[in-house]
Amino acid sequence: MKHRPIRLAATLALTALAALTLGTAHGKTLRFADQGDAISMDPHSLNETLQLTFTGAVYEPLVLRDRKLAVTPGLATDWKQASPTSWQFKLRRGVTFHDGQPFTADDVVFSIGRANDPGGDMRGYVGQIKEVRKLDDYTVEMVTTVPLPILPEMLTGVYMMSRAWCEANGAAKPVDKRKGQENIASVRANGTGPYRLRAREPGVRTVLVRNQNYWDKVDGNVTEVVFTPIGNDATRVAALKSGEIDLMQPVPIQDVERLKQDPNLRIMQGPELRTIFLGMDSKRDELLFSSVKGKNPFKDKRVRQAFFQAIDIEAIRTRIMRNAATPTNLMIAPGVNGFDAALNKRLPYDVEAARKLLAEAGYPNGFEVKMNCPNDRYVNDGEICQAVAAMLARVGVKINLEAESKATYFPKVLSRNTSFYLLGWTPATYDAHNVMYNIMATPQAGQGVFNLGSYSNPKFDELTARVGSETDQARRSAMIAEAMKLHAEDFGHIPLHQQALAWGMRKNVEVVQLADNFVFFKWITIR
Amino acid sequence: MTTTALGRFLDGDVFHSFRNSPVAIVAAVVAGILILGAVLAPWISPHNPFDLKTLDLNNSLIPPAWVEQGNPAYPLGTDDQGRDVLSTILYGSRISLLVGVASVVLAMGLGIGLGLLSGYLGGRLDAFIMRVADVQLSFPAILIALLINGVARAALPRDTDIDTMALGVLIGSIALANWVQYARTVRGSTMVEKNREYVQAARVIGVSPLTIMVRHVLPNVLGPVLVIATINIATAIITEATLSFLGVGVPPTSPSLGTMINTGNNFLYSGEWWLVVFPGAALVLLCMSVNLLGDWLRDALNPKLQ
Repeated sequence: MKHRPIRLAATLALTALAALTLGTAHGKTLRFADQGDAISMDPHSLNETLQLTFTGAVYEPLVLRDRKLAVTPGLATDWKQASPTSWQFKLRRGVTFHDGQPFTADDVVFSIGRANDPGGDMRGYVGQIKEVRKLDDYTVEMVTTVPLPILPEMLTGVYMMSRAWCEANGAAKPVDKRKGQENIASVRANGTGPYRLRAREPGVRTVLVRNQNYWDKVDGNVTEVVFTPIGNDATRVAALKSGEIDLMQPVPIQDVERLKQDPNLRIMQGPELRTIFLGMDSKRDELLFSSVKGKNPFKDKRVRQAFFQAIDIEAIRTRIMRNAATPTNLMIAPGVNGFDAALNKRLPYDVEAARKLLAEAGYPNGFEVKMNCPNDRYVNDGEICQAVAAMLARVGVKINLEAESKATYFPKVLSRNTSFYLLGWTPATYDAHNVMYNIMATPQAGQGVFNLGSYSNPKFDELTARVGSETDQARRSAMIAEAMKLHAEDFGHIPLHQQALAWGMRKNVEVVQLADNFVFFKWITIR
Repeated sequence: MTTTALGRFLDGDVFHSFRNSPVAIVAAVVAGILILGAVLAPWISPHNPFDLKTLDLNNSLIPPAWVEQGNPAYPLGTDDQGRDVLSTILYGSRISLLVGVASVVLAMGLGIGLGLLSGYLGGRLDAFIMRVADVQLSFPAILIALLINGVARAALPRDTDIDTMALGVLIGSIALANWVQYARTVRGSTMVEKNREYVQAARVIGVSPLTIMVRHVLPNVLGPVLVIATINIATAIITEATLSFLGVGVPPTSPSLGTMINTGNNFLYSGEWWLVVFPGAALVLLCMSVNLLGDWLRDALNPKLQ
């Protein structure tokens, strides 16, 4: 009897030791931090990079991207365009969801339908799919409303869920952040991906572990991912310096130079495909949040142009972004298919011209309008908005700035409860059509889901449709250029800049950095 | 012998104790300077940081005047938006003090009212008010303030002007988080006072309960309340700073001390120390001096220590 506690302690110690050695023998834990949280684990609820990065470790699309951003087979092994408006996908056999159920054509039919639900956020990618037909258990056919040569690219962000699991758990519809409708898919997950969701504490900590039954070989050695959102820049930097985390993004740009000197750290920078821009409600007859009553100043092109010219983009680049940004006149970045350098010339910053335009439009003393802005989504987003507010004050426009966390910001602007906002966009297809279709074209059906100010130009819409189905590269590029020019001359949005990527990591962490800022845990190796 | 109120105050025990307490005098001078600076900010501060028109991004992150590359026009340097740090501290203290004082006055009013009712009337009302107080005491004040803040922002109509709304919500939420202390203190004292002869006498001659509470009981329970209020001003200022630091306080375009410290915190590793050191020092000085004054007042009003 007397020996029992000792024996117990010894057993415990041995078990602990065994667990420890097992842990080191089989792989490593990656502690990852971002300035914000992935708002939900539901892969169809929010079309945002971090959200798709994170859920992309658990769920997978039919078509994946490789390290050079080229499309590569994912849950589909093969695809072909059977007719101009139909695509056939051969599905991968032998893939199981984390709960052990096999992945079949039924799940694809279900997932595409789910992603196309108005409550979700992925309609920009699947809105033009009229019907998904199951040909057999491992073949599906997708019929599109218009010829869609870029459908495989569009599907890289649409993740496959298990029909049985979703229906059994009451998650057949996506989590609707706009209406605040949650379901179990927000906190639990059942995908086919290389990682399974082990623990989820929203806003605090999310833990992933390696899926031992994954269909593909995993190059990295990360078997566990602990993700912590750390909103405060200094705290995030401190956590990296002290070794509390292994990898974080973004590195606050004011700290990049100093952190580069740290022998334990590595900073990886690169151009990002994301364009940061301002949008204005140009549809409503009266703005929701403005001193102007009875009319909408943003309907007047002169007002939009005045806003554009009032912004000192060089000051933002040098002062707020510390040169880690490229000012742009286009809604797409160099590197996105369709970018035309000849069109990328901004109208000069000119306070006098802006004042004059406002006076001509009937606002010689300016007006008041509320601006919505996230402060934990893009690089120095809150600071950019403050600077914009100050610059607009000089032409007489009083901005009531509401800068807040993306958890409250996104539901607000996505339900178009805004008059003036800041947003960023990376085309998931690396193609201009994605931006035109999602951000710039008139909102209807799946189109213009992120055109939150409802800029509308029928000519532009027509070009968007034609670009979507055109296969001749030269003709297509010409149409993109024409559309971009149209939009720029209309000041449909106010593009600001493309921000730069900055990831910070411990020296022993090897990552693959992509220009779309996706972080793939499966490619990370910890030495 | 002067008979004016001021004369009586200068001759009285309280002022005598003040003159003999060097700590109180220093605290009063420091608090006085900071409060004067805040009140007179529009006239004495070199710039108006809340007037966005005057900001120039090209003047951002200038170090204090005595440091290399400093600019005498900005004695304590500028922040990331080109705001003069000294002016922002002066203007920011206005917000901090306004929120501090207003929320204490509100909490005091609420607490005294409920405490008097509770202590004087007793019975079910007393039990109810005190149980509510118990529940509230079991949460930290900052949590309650955060909660009220969140609910109020969601509930208010959307075209409310956010500047005034933010201030109102801040004041309201801090006050609602702090009324309990006053209510508790007043209730205790009231229960003692209501059995005294003068209250009974008043009751016998038919004075209404309300009049008794306000005219007879209240003046006799006010001493400890004033002490709590003084100390609570400092707490309220810190709560405001915390809420603003957490990003749910005043809008970023009109920063308070808490917002400034939050911004400065982001630059801790990049060498722009003046962004956090000066507003931090101002907050510490303000709170410490008000606290020391409160401490002194407690001793001065405590008959047992005299």
